[in-house]
Amino acid sequence: MTSIDMPWYLQFIIVAFLLFGALVALIGSWGLAKLPDFYTRLHGPTKASTLGVGCTLIGSLLYFSLQQEGISVQEALVTIFLFATAPVSAHMMGKAALRRRLKGVPGTRNMPER
Amino acid sequence: MIAVVIPIAMTLFAVAALLNLYRLAIGPDIVDRILALDTLMINSIALIVLADIWMGLGILFELALLIALMGFVSTVAMSKYLLRGDVIE
Amino acid sequence: MISSFRTRQFWLPRPLFSLFLALLWLAMVNDVSVAHALLGLGLGVAIPFTTHAFWPEEAKIKRPLPLLRYLLVLLVDILRSNLVVALRILRPARYLQPGFFVYPLTLDDDFAITILASTISLTPGTVSLHYDAEANTLLVHALHLEDEEEAIATIRERYEQPLEEIFR
Repeated sequence: MTSIDMPWYLQFIIVAFLLFGALVALIGSWGLAKLPDFYTRLHGPTKASTLGVGCTLIGSLLYFSLQQEGISVQEALVTIFLFATAPVSAHMMGKAALRRRLKGVPGTRNMPER
Repeated sequence: MIAVVIPIAMTLFAVAALLNLYRLAIGPDIVDRILALDTLMINSIALIVLADIWMGLGILFELALLIALMGFVSTVAMSKYLLRGDVIE
Repeated sequence: MISSFRTRQFWLPRPLFSLFLALLWLAMVNDVSVAHALLGLGLGVAIPFTTHAFWPEEAKIKRPLPLLRYLLVLLVDILRSNLVVALRILRPARYLQPGFFVYPLTLDDDFAITILASTISLTPGTVSLHYDAEANTLLVHALHLEDEEEAIATIRERYEQPLEEIFR
Protein backbone atom coordinates (compact mmCIF):
# COMPACT_ATOMS: atom_id res chain seq x y z
CA MET A 1 0.00 0.00 0.00
CA THR A 2 1.55 3.26 -1.06
CA SER A 3 1.26 6.18 1.27
CA ILE A 4 -1.51 8.56 0.42
CA ASP A 5 -2.24 12.06 1.47
CA MET A 6 -5.81 12.73 0.61
CA PRO A 7 -8.31 14.93 2.40
CA TRP A 8 -10.41 12.88 4.80
CA TYR A 9 -13.70 13.57 3.05
CA LEU A 10 -12.42 12.19 -0.26
CA GLN A 11 -11.17 9.10 1.55
CA PHE A 12 -14.58 8.84 3.17
CA ILE A 13 -16.36 8.88 -0.19
CA ILE A 14 -14.07 6.17 -1.59
CA VAL A 15 -14.49 4.04 1.52
CA ALA A 16 -18.26 4.42 1.33
CA PHE A 17 -18.27 3.22 -2.29
CA LEU A 18 -16.03 0.25 -1.54
CA LEU A 19 -17.95 -0.89 1.53
CA PHE A 20 -21.39 -0.38 -0.01
CA GLY A 21 -20.31 -2.30 -3.11
CA ALA A 22 -18.89 -5.19 -1.11
CA LEU A 23 -22.02 -5.43 1.06
CA VAL A 24 -24.41 -5.37 -1.90
CA ALA A 25 -22.37 -7.99 -3.78
CA LEU A 26 -22.32 -10.18 -0.68
CA ILE A 27 -26.11 -9.95 -0.42
CA GLY A 28 -26.39 -10.91 -4.09
CA SER A 29 -24.25 -14.00 -3.59
CA TRP A 30 -26.13 -14.82 -0.41
CA GLY A 31 -29.32 -14.76 -2.47
CA LEU A 32 -27.70 -17.06 -5.02
CA ALA A 33 -26.85 -19.52 -2.27
CA LYS A 34 -30.13 -19.50 -0.38
CA LEU A 35 -33.10 -18.73 -2.66
CA PRO A 36 -35.28 -21.76 -3.43
CA ASP A 37 -35.41 -22.12 -7.23
CA PHE A 38 -33.43 -21.11 -10.29
CA TYR A 39 -35.70 -18.29 -11.44
CA THR A 40 -35.52 -16.50 -8.11
CA ARG A 41 -31.77 -17.13 -7.87
CA LEU A 42 -31.35 -15.33 -11.19
CA HIS A 43 -32.31 -12.05 -9.50
CA GLY A 44 -29.43 -11.88 -7.03
CA PRO A 45 -26.46 -11.92 -9.42
CA THR A 46 -28.03 -9.86 -12.20
CA LYS A 47 -28.86 -6.95 -9.96
CA ALA A 48 -27.00 -7.04 -6.68
CA SER A 49 -23.65 -8.40 -7.82
CA THR A 50 -23.53 -6.10 -10.83
CA LEU A 51 -24.24 -3.01 -8.75
CA GLY A 52 -21.84 -4.15 -6.02
CA VAL A 53 -18.95 -4.63 -8.41
CA GLY A 54 -19.93 -1.41 -10.19
CA CYS A 55 -19.65 0.53 -6.92
CA THR A 56 -16.28 -1.07 -6.18
CA LEU A 57 -15.04 -0.09 -9.62
CA ILE A 58 -16.25 3.49 -9.16
CA GLY A 59 -14.42 3.61 -5.83
CA SER A 60 -11.27 2.40 -7.56
CA LEU A 61 -11.76 4.97 -10.32
CA LEU A 62 -12.01 7.77 -7.75
CA TYR A 63 -8.96 6.48 -5.90
CA PHE A 64 -6.69 6.31 -8.92
CA SER A 65 -8.03 9.58 -10.34
CA LEU A 66 -7.27 11.41 -7.09
CA GLN A 67 -3.97 9.74 -6.39
CA GLN A 68 -2.38 10.13 -9.77
CA GLU A 69 -2.62 13.13 -12.01
CA GLY A 70 -5.41 12.98 -14.55
CA ILE A 71 -8.48 10.79 -14.61
CA SER A 72 -8.48 7.05 -14.96
CA VAL A 73 -11.45 6.00 -17.07
CA GLN A 74 -10.78 2.31 -17.64
CA GLU A 75 -12.72 1.29 -14.56
CA ALA A 76 -15.69 3.18 -15.96
CA LEU A 77 -15.34 1.07 -19.11
CA VAL A 78 -15.46 -2.16 -17.09
CA THR A 79 -18.51 -0.87 -15.19
CA ILE A 80 -20.38 0.05 -18.36
CA PHE A 81 -19.47 -3.30 -19.88
CA LEU A 82 -20.80 -5.17 -16.84
CA PHE A 83 -24.06 -3.21 -16.80
CA ALA A 84 -24.54 -3.78 -20.53
CA THR A 85 -23.86 -7.53 -20.44
CA ALA A 86 -25.53 -8.61 -17.17
CA PRO A 87 -29.10 -8.49 -18.57
CA VAL A 88 -28.04 -10.33 -21.72
CA SER A 89 -26.42 -13.21 -19.87
CA ALA A 90 -29.38 -13.36 -17.46
CA HIS A 91 -31.72 -13.55 -20.45
CA MET A 92 -29.71 -16.37 -22.03
CA MET A 93 -29.53 -18.38 -18.79
CA GLY A 94 -33.26 -17.86 -18.23
CA LYS A 95 -34.00 -19.12 -21.73
CA ALA A 96 -31.81 -22.16 -21.15
CA ALA A 97 -33.64 -22.85 -17.87
CA LEU A 98 -37.03 -22.59 -19.58
CA ARG A 99 -35.82 -24.91 -22.31
CA ARG A 100 -34.73 -27.47 -19.71
CA ARG A 101 -38.17 -27.11 -18.06
CA LEU A 102 -36.79 -26.34 -14.63
CA LYS A 103 -39.47 -26.37 -11.97
CA GLY A 104 -40.28 -23.19 -10.12
CA VAL A 105 -40.73 -23.17 -6.38
CA PRO A 106 -44.26 -24.34 -5.37
CA GLY A 107 -46.55 -21.35 -5.35
CA THR A 108 -45.02 -19.70 -8.39
CA ARG A 109 -47.78 -17.93 -10.25
CA ASN A 110 -48.42 -18.54 -13.98
CA MET A 111 -45.67 -21.12 -14.42
CA PRO A 112 -45.30 -21.38 -18.23
CA GLU A 113 -46.25 -24.72 -19.74
CA ARG A 114 -43.47 -25.03 -22.30
CA MET B 1 -8.78 4.85 6.34
CA ILE B 2 -8.64 3.22 2.92
CA ALA B 3 -5.88 0.86 4.07
CA VAL B 4 -8.22 -0.41 6.79
CA VAL B 5 -11.27 -0.77 4.61
CA ILE B 6 -9.76 -2.63 1.64
CA PRO B 7 -9.05 -5.86 3.59
CA ILE B 8 -12.61 -5.71 4.95
CA ALA B 9 -14.08 -5.31 1.48
CA MET B 10 -11.85 -8.10 0.17
CA THR B 11 -13.06 -10.37 2.96
CA LEU B 12 -16.67 -9.64 2.07
CA PHE B 13 -16.02 -10.44 -1.57
CA ALA B 14 -14.15 -13.61 -0.60
CA VAL B 15 -17.17 -14.74 1.44
CA ALA B 16 -19.35 -13.97 -1.58
CA ALA B 17 -17.04 -16.10 -3.75
CA LEU B 18 -17.30 -18.95 -1.22
CA LEU B 19 -21.09 -18.75 -1.37
CA ASN B 20 -20.85 -18.97 -5.16
CA LEU B 21 -18.61 -22.03 -4.84
CA TYR B 22 -21.21 -23.58 -2.54
CA ARG B 23 -23.90 -23.09 -5.19
CA LEU B 24 -21.48 -24.40 -7.82
CA ALA B 25 -20.98 -27.57 -5.79
CA ILE B 26 -24.61 -28.34 -4.92
CA GLY B 27 -26.50 -26.58 -7.75
CA PRO B 28 -29.20 -29.08 -8.70
CA ASP B 29 -29.13 -28.26 -12.41
CA ILE B 30 -26.38 -27.33 -14.81
CA VAL B 31 -27.96 -23.89 -15.36
CA ASP B 32 -27.46 -23.18 -11.65
CA ARG B 33 -23.81 -24.02 -12.05
CA ILE B 34 -23.49 -21.66 -15.02
CA LEU B 35 -25.10 -18.92 -12.97
CA ALA B 36 -22.73 -19.63 -10.08
CA LEU B 37 -19.71 -19.45 -12.39
CA ASP B 38 -20.94 -16.19 -13.90
CA THR B 39 -21.33 -14.64 -10.45
CA LEU B 40 -17.93 -15.96 -9.44
CA MET B 41 -16.41 -14.17 -12.44
CA ILE B 42 -18.12 -10.91 -11.46
CA ASN B 43 -16.92 -11.20 -7.87
CA SER B 44 -13.38 -11.98 -8.95
CA ILE B 45 -13.34 -8.76 -10.98
CA ALA B 46 -14.00 -6.86 -7.77
CA LEU B 47 -11.28 -8.83 -5.95
CA ILE B 48 -8.77 -8.00 -8.69
CA VAL B 49 -9.65 -4.30 -8.60
CA LEU B 50 -9.32 -4.22 -4.80
CA ALA B 51 -5.95 -5.99 -4.99
CA ASP B 52 -4.95 -3.38 -7.53
CA ILE B 53 -5.67 -0.56 -5.07
CA TRP B 54 -4.06 -2.50 -2.22
CA MET B 55 -0.80 -2.97 -4.08
CA GLY B 56 -0.96 0.51 -5.58
CA LEU B 57 -0.27 -0.74 -9.09
CA GLY B 58 -3.07 0.77 -11.15
CA ILE B 59 -2.47 -1.65 -14.02
CA LEU B 60 -4.66 -4.65 -13.22
CA PHE B 61 -7.86 -3.19 -14.70
CA GLU B 62 -6.92 -4.74 -18.06
CA LEU B 63 -7.12 -8.09 -16.35
CA ALA B 64 -10.51 -7.07 -14.98
CA LEU B 65 -11.72 -6.14 -18.46
CA LEU B 66 -10.47 -9.44 -19.87
CA ILE B 67 -12.18 -11.46 -17.15
CA ALA B 68 -15.41 -9.53 -17.67
CA LEU B 69 -15.24 -10.36 -21.39
CA MET B 70 -14.41 -14.02 -20.79
CA GLY B 71 -17.17 -14.38 -18.21
CA PHE B 72 -19.81 -12.90 -20.50
CA VAL B 73 -18.81 -14.83 -23.61
CA SER B 74 -18.49 -18.17 -21.82
CA THR B 75 -21.85 -17.73 -20.05
CA VAL B 76 -23.59 -16.96 -23.32
CA ALA B 77 -21.81 -19.83 -25.10
CA MET B 78 -22.79 -22.37 -22.45
CA SER B 79 -26.41 -21.16 -22.37
CA LYS B 80 -26.49 -21.31 -26.16
CA TYR B 81 -25.22 -24.85 -26.03
CA LEU B 82 -28.00 -25.84 -23.64
CA LEU B 83 -30.56 -24.11 -25.85
CA ARG B 84 -29.61 -25.66 -29.17
CA GLY B 85 -27.10 -28.41 -28.53
CA ASP B 86 -24.54 -26.56 -30.65
CA VAL B 87 -22.30 -23.66 -29.79
CA ILE B 88 -22.06 -22.49 -33.40
CA GLU B 89 -25.21 -22.56 -35.45
CA MET C 1 -27.30 -2.81 -49.20
CA ILE C 2 -24.77 -2.24 -51.95
CA SER C 3 -23.68 1.30 -52.56
CA SER C 4 -21.17 2.71 -54.98
CA PHE C 5 -17.59 3.62 -54.20
CA ARG C 6 -18.03 7.33 -54.05
CA THR C 7 -20.76 7.63 -51.45
CA ARG C 8 -20.35 8.16 -47.75
CA GLN C 9 -22.38 4.99 -47.15
CA PHE C 10 -19.59 2.96 -48.67
CA TRP C 11 -16.61 4.37 -46.82
CA LEU C 12 -18.19 5.59 -43.62
CA PRO C 13 -21.41 3.66 -42.99
CA ARG C 14 -21.99 5.02 -39.50
CA PRO C 15 -20.16 8.22 -38.59
CA LEU C 16 -21.43 8.30 -35.01
CA PHE C 17 -20.34 4.74 -34.40
CA SER C 18 -16.89 5.55 -35.83
CA LEU C 19 -16.59 8.48 -33.45
CA PHE C 20 -17.71 6.25 -30.59
CA LEU C 21 -15.04 3.67 -31.44
CA ALA C 22 -12.36 6.38 -31.55
CA LEU C 23 -13.42 7.69 -28.12
CA LEU C 24 -13.54 4.11 -26.78
CA TRP C 25 -9.99 3.56 -27.97
CA LEU C 26 -8.82 6.75 -26.23
CA ALA C 27 -10.55 5.66 -23.03
CA MET C 28 -9.02 2.21 -23.24
CA VAL C 29 -5.43 3.39 -23.57
CA ASN C 30 -6.16 6.23 -21.13
CA ASP C 31 -3.88 8.58 -22.98
CA VAL C 32 -5.07 11.51 -25.05
CA SER C 33 -2.39 12.23 -27.64
CA VAL C 34 -2.44 12.96 -31.35
CA ALA C 35 -0.99 9.56 -32.21
CA HIS C 36 -3.63 7.67 -30.25
CA ALA C 37 -6.39 9.91 -31.59
CA LEU C 38 -5.29 9.13 -35.14
CA LEU C 39 -5.02 5.42 -34.41
CA GLY C 40 -8.48 5.47 -32.81
CA LEU C 41 -9.97 7.28 -35.78
CA GLY C 42 -8.29 4.78 -38.12
CA LEU C 43 -9.83 1.91 -36.17
CA GLY C 44 -13.16 3.74 -36.08
CA VAL C 45 -13.17 3.87 -39.89
CA ALA C 46 -11.71 0.41 -40.49
CA ILE C 47 -13.94 -1.63 -38.15
CA PRO C 48 -17.34 -0.44 -39.48
CA PHE C 49 -16.00 -0.67 -43.04
CA THR C 50 -15.04 -4.31 -42.71
CA THR C 51 -17.98 -5.47 -40.59
CA HIS C 52 -21.05 -3.44 -41.57
CA ALA C 53 -22.26 -6.16 -43.95
CA PHE C 54 -23.13 -8.29 -40.90
CA TRP C 55 -25.12 -5.66 -39.06
CA PRO C 56 -28.85 -5.32 -38.75
CA GLU C 57 -30.64 -2.15 -39.75
CA GLU C 58 -29.59 0.96 -37.96
CA ALA C 59 -31.88 2.17 -35.20
CA LYS C 60 -32.81 5.80 -35.47
CA ILE C 61 -32.49 7.81 -32.31
CA LYS C 62 -34.81 10.67 -33.04
CA ARG C 63 -34.52 12.66 -29.87
CA PRO C 64 -31.38 12.62 -27.73
CA LEU C 65 -32.82 14.64 -24.84
CA PRO C 66 -35.43 12.11 -23.70
CA LEU C 67 -32.66 9.51 -23.97
CA LEU C 68 -30.66 11.37 -21.33
CA ARG C 69 -33.71 11.58 -19.10
CA TYR C 70 -34.31 7.88 -19.64
CA LEU C 71 -30.74 7.05 -18.59
CA LEU C 72 -31.13 9.14 -15.42
CA VAL C 73 -34.39 7.41 -14.53
CA LEU C 74 -32.68 4.08 -15.21
CA LEU C 75 -29.76 4.91 -12.91
CA VAL C 76 -32.08 5.83 -10.04
CA ASP C 77 -34.17 2.72 -10.64
CA ILE C 78 -31.12 0.43 -10.65
CA LEU C 79 -30.17 1.76 -7.22
CA ARG C 80 -33.75 1.46 -5.95
CA SER C 81 -34.18 -2.03 -7.38
CA ASN C 82 -31.03 -3.24 -5.70
CA LEU C 83 -32.21 -2.10 -2.31
CA VAL C 84 -35.60 -3.73 -2.92
CA VAL C 85 -34.07 -7.01 -4.08
CA ALA C 86 -31.54 -6.98 -1.24
CA LEU C 87 -34.37 -6.64 1.30
CA ARG C 88 -36.33 -9.45 -0.36
CA ILE C 89 -33.27 -11.70 -0.26
CA LEU C 90 -32.62 -11.02 3.41
CA ARG C 91 -36.20 -11.79 4.41
CA PRO C 92 -37.10 -15.47 4.87
CA ALA C 93 -37.98 -17.16 1.59
CA ARG C 94 -41.51 -18.08 2.62
CA TYR C 95 -42.61 -14.45 2.28
CA LEU C 96 -41.63 -14.46 -1.38
CA GLN C 97 -44.30 -14.74 -4.01
CA PRO C 98 -42.47 -15.31 -7.29
CA GLY C 99 -44.39 -15.42 -10.53
CA PHE C 100 -44.25 -15.12 -14.29
CA PHE C 101 -46.19 -12.71 -16.42
CA VAL C 102 -46.44 -12.03 -20.12
CA TYR C 103 -45.76 -8.47 -21.13
CA PRO C 104 -47.38 -7.42 -24.42
CA LEU C 105 -45.03 -5.11 -26.31
CA THR C 106 -46.12 -2.12 -28.33
CA LEU C 107 -42.62 -1.32 -29.60
CA ASP C 108 -41.68 -2.89 -32.91
CA ASP C 109 -38.06 -1.84 -33.41
CA ASP C 110 -35.56 -4.61 -32.55
CA PHE C 111 -33.05 -2.31 -30.94
CA ALA C 112 -35.70 -0.63 -28.78
CA ILE C 113 -37.01 -4.03 -27.67
CA THR C 114 -33.48 -5.07 -26.71
CA ILE C 115 -33.11 -1.95 -24.60
CA LEU C 116 -36.50 -2.50 -22.98
CA ALA C 117 -35.65 -6.14 -22.15
CA SER C 118 -32.32 -5.09 -20.63
CA THR C 119 -34.06 -2.37 -18.65
CA ILE C 120 -36.59 -4.86 -17.29
CA SER C 121 -33.73 -7.11 -16.21
CA LEU C 122 -31.93 -4.30 -14.41
CA THR C 123 -34.92 -2.81 -12.57
CA PRO C 124 -36.97 -3.74 -9.49
CA GLY C 125 -37.42 -7.47 -9.07
CA THR C 126 -38.02 -8.45 -12.70
CA VAL C 127 -35.96 -10.42 -15.23
CA SER C 128 -36.99 -10.81 -18.86
CA LEU C 129 -36.67 -14.44 -19.92
CA HIS C 130 -38.09 -15.00 -23.36
CA TYR C 131 -39.02 -12.88 -26.36
CA ASP C 132 -41.78 -14.23 -28.54
CA ALA C 133 -41.30 -12.63 -31.95
CA GLU C 134 -44.63 -13.78 -33.37
CA ALA C 135 -46.87 -12.58 -30.60
CA ASN C 136 -44.50 -9.67 -29.83
CA THR C 137 -44.49 -10.41 -26.11
CA LEU C 138 -41.87 -10.71 -23.40
CA LEU C 139 -42.03 -13.39 -20.73
CA VAL C 140 -40.99 -11.77 -17.45
CA HIS C 141 -40.21 -13.37 -14.11
CA ALA C 142 -40.83 -11.30 -11.01
CA LEU C 143 -39.25 -12.03 -7.66
CA HIS C 144 -42.33 -10.81 -5.86
CA LEU C 145 -45.49 -10.55 -7.92
CA GLU C 146 -48.48 -9.08 -6.18
CA ASP C 147 -50.48 -7.55 -8.97
CA GLU C 148 -49.82 -8.50 -12.58
CA GLU C 149 -51.78 -5.61 -14.10
CA GLU C 150 -49.95 -3.12 -11.94
CA ALA C 151 -46.52 -4.50 -12.89
CA ILE C 152 -47.37 -4.31 -16.60
CA ALA C 153 -48.73 -0.78 -16.23
CA THR C 154 -45.61 0.35 -14.38
CA ILE C 155 -43.27 -0.99 -17.07
CA ARG C 156 -45.38 0.55 -19.82
CA GLU C 157 -45.58 3.95 -18.24
CA ARG C 158 -42.05 4.19 -16.90
CA TYR C 159 -39.95 2.61 -19.64
CA GLU C 160 -41.83 1.72 -22.80
CA GLN C 161 -43.48 5.06 -23.46
CA PRO C 162 -40.23 7.06 -23.10
CA LEU C 163 -38.54 4.55 -25.42
CA GLU C 164 -41.30 5.02 -27.99
CA GLU C 165 -40.74 8.73 -27.77
CA ILE C 166 -37.01 8.28 -28.36
CA PHE C 167 -37.18 5.90 -31.30
CA ARG C 168 -40.14 7.23 -33.21
